[in-house]
Amino acid sequence: MALWMEILISALLVLAGLFAIVGSFGLIRLPDPMTRLHAPTKATTLGIGGVLIASMVYFWAAEGRVSAHELLITLFLFLSAPITALFIAKVHLHQSEKPEALPKPGEAVDWASFAPDGPARGVRPAPEAGDGDAARQG
Amino acid sequence: MLSRLFPHPLLTLVLAVVWLLLVNTVTLNAIVFALLLGLLLPQVIRAYWPDMPTLRNPVAIAGYVLIVLLDIVKANIQVALIVLFKPAARLRPAWVRVPLDLKTPEAITVLAGTITMTPGTVSCDLSDDGHALLVHCLHAPEPASVVDEIKQRYERRLKEIFE
Repeated sequence: MALWMEILISALLVLAGLFAIVGSFGLIRLPDPMTRLHAPTKATTLGIGGVLIASMVYFWAAEGRVSAHELLITLFLFLSAPITALFIAKVHLHQSEKPEALPKPGEAVDWASFAPDGPARGVRPAPEAGDGDAARQG
Repeated sequence: MLSRLFPHPLLTLVLAVVWLLLVNTVTLNAIVFALLLGLLLPQVIRAYWPDMPTLRNPVAIAGYVLIVLLDIVKANIQVALIVLFKPAARLRPAWVRVPLDLKTPEAITVLAGTITMTPGTVSCDLSDDGHALLVHCLHAPEPASVVDEIKQRYERRLKEIFE
């Protein structure tokens, strides 16, 4: 393997490590749960991306074959990172935010986390009038 | 006939390509099996995904993917700089409400995912009627400009792709 290839791969790995460590450092440094959520969802993405690109360059330079698993890892990462972030944000909304502190979504509707009967769209049918509490008390 | 075999040509293609990437070789065997999966899986899941959107604009999709990838790199650098150099007292986190023009659940999902991956914003909740997104900004001195950028940069393009 040529020297400049090794230098390129090392540079990518070091850069990736820097971004990953900044992302993790953000977890400690930022002041509250919602801002902390920003550091790992973004800064770490480039960290992992750098390692994956370095891996592709390595296999191409050292073994002369194109490795494609890295692309798949990127794809799955982009699918799973926003969903994890949404889960954490939702838990935070349920546990320590008051609906009054957030902007109103519109007239006569609330954010799905604060809707009295849970999500109204698609997930479950609207409850019939008077079945819930009355049945339980009766 | 062709449209019954390939109700979603793009999904077929995506499944086949993902399979080829998984096995990490391009041989005749792998291609045949990849096409088989691409043909069978859409038929199997059709019953569970009744209003699957048909995407007919591959150029727009490729453009969108490129823009988002570029923005992810920018987002990483911006957030890293904020984490390293901005004192916590000067940070201006804010909740913003992004009104939605998109209607289909698939399009809203992609928009919410994009918002989370791009500069300084995380999408946190959907309004109960599905007409607005709740977005948290890491540093937004002017929340209105964040909403404008999301609508101009991402939502307009998604509208071309999905609707």
